[in-house]
Amino acid sequence: MNSTVGLSSRHKFAYTWPLAWGVAFTVVAFIWIGGDLWQWAVKAPKELTWKVEALGSCTSVRLCVTGFFKFMVSNDAYIFPWTFKEFTRFVAACIEFPYQIIRSFLASGFTIPLSGGESWQSPPISWLGLTVVLTAVAYRLKDWKLALMVFLCVAYLAVFGNWESAAITLSSIAVAVPIGIVFGALIGILGYRYEKFERAITPILDLMQTVPIFAYLVPVLFLFGFGPVSAVAATVIYAMPPMVRITMLALKTVPLEIKEFGKMVGCTKRQMTWRVLIPAAAPGLMVGVNQVIMLSLNMVIIASMIGAGGLGFDVLASLRRQAIGDGLEAGIAITLIAIVLDRLTQAWASRSPAPHHETKPTLLQKHKNLLLALLILAGTTAISFVAPFFAQWPEQFEISTGQFWNDLIKWININFFDELEAVKVFLLLNVLKPVKAFLLALPWPGVLLFLALAGLQLGGIRLAILVVSCASFILITGQWTKAMITVYLCGISVIIAAMIGITIGVIASRYPVLKRSVLVFIDTLQTLPSFVYLLPVVMLFRVGDFSAMVAVVLYALPPAVRYTLYGIQQISPSLIEAAKTSGCTKRQLLTKVQFRLAWPEIMLGVNQTVMFALSMLVITALVGTRDLGQEVYIALTKADTGRGLVAGLSVAFIAIITDRLISAAAKKRKQALGL
Amino acid sequence: MDSKPDPILSCSEVWKLFGRNAQQFLKENKNITDDMLSDNGLIGAVRDANIEVDEGEIFIIMGLSGSGKSTLLRCLARLIEPTSGQVMFEGENLLNHSEKQMIQIRRHKMGMVFQHFALMPHLTVLGNVAFPLEVQGIDRSERENRALEVIELVGLQGRESYYPRELSGGQQQRVGIARSLSVEPKIWFLDEPFSALDPLIRREMQDEFLRIQSVLNKTIVFITHDFNEAVRLADRIAIMKDGAIIQIGTPEELVINPADDYVKEFTNDLSRAKVLSARTMMSKPEPDAQVGGRVSSSTKIQDLAEDLIKSELPFHVVDKDDNVIGQLTRDAVVDVLVKQP
Repeated sequence: MNSTVGLSSRHKFAYTWPLAWGVAFTVVAFIWIGGDLWQWAVKAPKELTWKVEALGSCTSVRLCVTGFFKFMVSNDAYIFPWTFKEFTRFVAACIEFPYQIIRSFLASGFTIPLSGGESWQSPPISWLGLTVVLTAVAYRLKDWKLALMVFLCVAYLAVFGNWESAAITLSSIAVAVPIGIVFGALIGILGYRYEKFERAITPILDLMQTVPIFAYLVPVLFLFGFGPVSAVAATVIYAMPPMVRITMLALKTVPLEIKEFGKMVGCTKRQMTWRVLIPAAAPGLMVGVNQVIMLSLNMVIIASMIGAGGLGFDVLASLRRQAIGDGLEAGIAITLIAIVLDRLTQAWASRSPAPHHETKPTLLQKHKNLLLALLILAGTTAISFVAPFFAQWPEQFEISTGQFWNDLIKWININFFDELEAVKVFLLLNVLKPVKAFLLALPWPGVLLFLALAGLQLGGIRLAILVVSCASFILITGQWTKAMITVYLCGISVIIAAMIGITIGVIASRYPVLKRSVLVFIDTLQTLPSFVYLLPVVMLFRVGDFSAMVAVVLYALPPAVRYTLYGIQQISPSLIEAAKTSGCTKRQLLTKVQFRLAWPEIMLGVNQTVMFALSMLVITALVGTRDLGQEVYIALTKADTGRGLVAGLSVAFIAIITDRLISAAAKKRKQALGL
Repeated sequence: MDSKPDPILSCSEVWKLFGRNAQQFLKENKNITDDMLSDNGLIGAVRDANIEVDEGEIFIIMGLSGSGKSTLLRCLARLIEPTSGQVMFEGENLLNHSEKQMIQIRRHKMGMVFQHFALMPHLTVLGNVAFPLEVQGIDRSERENRALEVIELVGLQGRESYYPRELSGGQQQRVGIARSLSVEPKIWFLDEPFSALDPLIRREMQDEFLRIQSVLNKTIVFITHDFNEAVRLADRIAIMKDGAIIQIGTPEELVINPADDYVKEFTNDLSRAKVLSARTMMSKPEPDAQVGGRVSSSTKIQDLAEDLIKSELPFHVVDKDDNVIGQLTRDAVVDVLVKQP
């Protein structure tokens, strides 16, 4: 009975959606053809402004944001008992002080003033000592393989002449990471304890993770000024949200029995949190710690735009000089630091259990390794007074691959210029330009209509309202044209990345050997800082939309490959066997079984590809695109908070629209498959 | 009948319903049926539970998964707030206590053992066992001395500095037991303590549990889904099904007089000789009959069968004061041994 009812109702509605889409297309085509009559609909509207002035000269969203920040740094904004300005200064001092100390240790050494106007300069910690200690730590935590890897990575920094920059970068990371962990964990604990607080911060976290990083550089720059403090603050803002989420999740997944145990022994709320929940959730929290470290390193280059210095600055500078070799070396140095910190924290989190002691160790026995490490550091540093080798890797032995890369690019440019140019021009003329023209010509009411329909079909009325209001924000802040350019660049890049990525994923899923090397390759692609992609691309294709597209495709490729691989692999082997025994050919197996079942995962992969593409797109503004990314970038150079945040939010809203729509589609598909 | 002392822990008319407006529903309705619950979108986890646990007894709540036994236990410990009803502990209604009073009661008077041990992974055996005392703010040397005593009681001496992950399941549960005893609780809750263990270890732990109980003589509420375990350990058993208590009684009472087919179903697989005692199977003594021996009325049939069958004569059954109160015939014993009800 039930099944027949289901079938007939399905038949009844089978034509509703195609009909609705047909009507929508007709309406849009009508507006388009009669363009002259409906100017208001075809032309992107200007920024919405209003006459009544509130908060100074606040006559539009953009100006209101700017006005708000101006008001905050004026002397009138109070956060009891301080003015807001005093508050930001206090925060700045809290960051500055530890930063200077760590930086003195690692990079610059201490300058101690002596009597008579002279001063004594102490050397920074010897690179040799630090290398030995880190290698020893790696050995102690895991095995000689990890030790060897750590040794090679750290030695790379010295041998390639990146030591000092790396030390500066490490100093700001060393300040940002603990702040991110502590505050992230505290906010996470609050979110766990108070459900209302969790509901309040979840959308903020969503937004923080989708707003392009550049966008919050602007207000940070406005509040803290150019310098390492701003860089650390921006890094913390960027790296903290996952810690908050992971803390909440880790606390929630503490076994119920452990929570009941805590209650049964009469823990107070405070004891429950600190004595029971946090220790029991420690393995989960370590994942968060690891995430904070990785994201902080992601931020290195971008943070150097507001004064972080170090390796990030080296990459940026070589991008400006178009010195691919130097940029690549500094970029790889960042990646290597990330790898070392990642592996060390992971090894620390899963270190083998401390063997039980028969006798209680004395304080000295307990800390003998720490003591030894300190001795090595102090000893090598002291020796570096007299032996220059201990202070710095001798310059004449420094290796540089810069010339090699420059020559390689030069050689490619000389010998393959015509071919490269032909590809570029062909794609520009036949793909990029027409798509751009088409999207720009789309009347905005039509786009809103399509979005509303898609929202309705995939997720119902709430989703429709969400996507339409996100799009409306872009419309009324006057970002429509730039947003459409973003959509066009992002869309083409995603389609290309998805086509390449899914193909690679499908092929790799068939051959285990290939699969392993593909995974290594995309892991590498993902750990390389996004800026590094820009370097060779710009040198081969010069600035412009095409270069941006190539860089975005490279950056956004990994998730498409990864999810496709995962999607195909998670299909139960019995289903594959069933298909084979039914006599499927390899092609039929792929098209009729594997693709269909892996489709939800592949869609999620595409979704991730879009997110990656959007975050890269903002960075490609550096190579001269004319989209929202450029808007954010201009705002950054002018420290125009309103302009930056409005453009940044627009990018975030594009991301949210695609994310919600694709997720809803994937979910629907999954339910239909009964997975 | 002599007047019984008040039970140390009891509950009356305890309900735990999940769903909206459960409290309202209970106030407005009497004689609640399954249909009434499902019509209101409610799930009855515990339905009108009444139990009394006497001092020093092992009271076992037995039921299959989803029968509400764990929920009832948590209502008794007030880990879950009952929807309505009373939980009396040492003459006071626990449900009227403030959060602070509950913390004090739990700290000093309750101990609980968990199915999956719930040991803190970052603490050693000593740290785990001393943890409840640490929470109370007792200083280190005192709490560790006390912890060492209980560790010895459960037979883990020499393992004080091991971490839980270095121990076997049985050993881990010994730690759990030691930890729950470290505060010398008035009432000891055990929530399926041996269910996660292998059958052989489970048996060993049951013996260990009986040994510890013979030393400490605690008042115990013990949860299990294993009827054999219940019969082996219990003074009295409450059988639960679908949130309601079907029958409460000694193992013997359940076997002789099951309340319904559901209870009977459980007793079927049981070796009756292990449960039934001489008192239950005896008949009126024949004054002049020849007898082959004397047995105490509480002796289980299993323990006397061999002697009685060998002697080929009936035995006299005697009470505590050695008065003959009945006789046990060979036929009656053979009946128990070979017949299934």
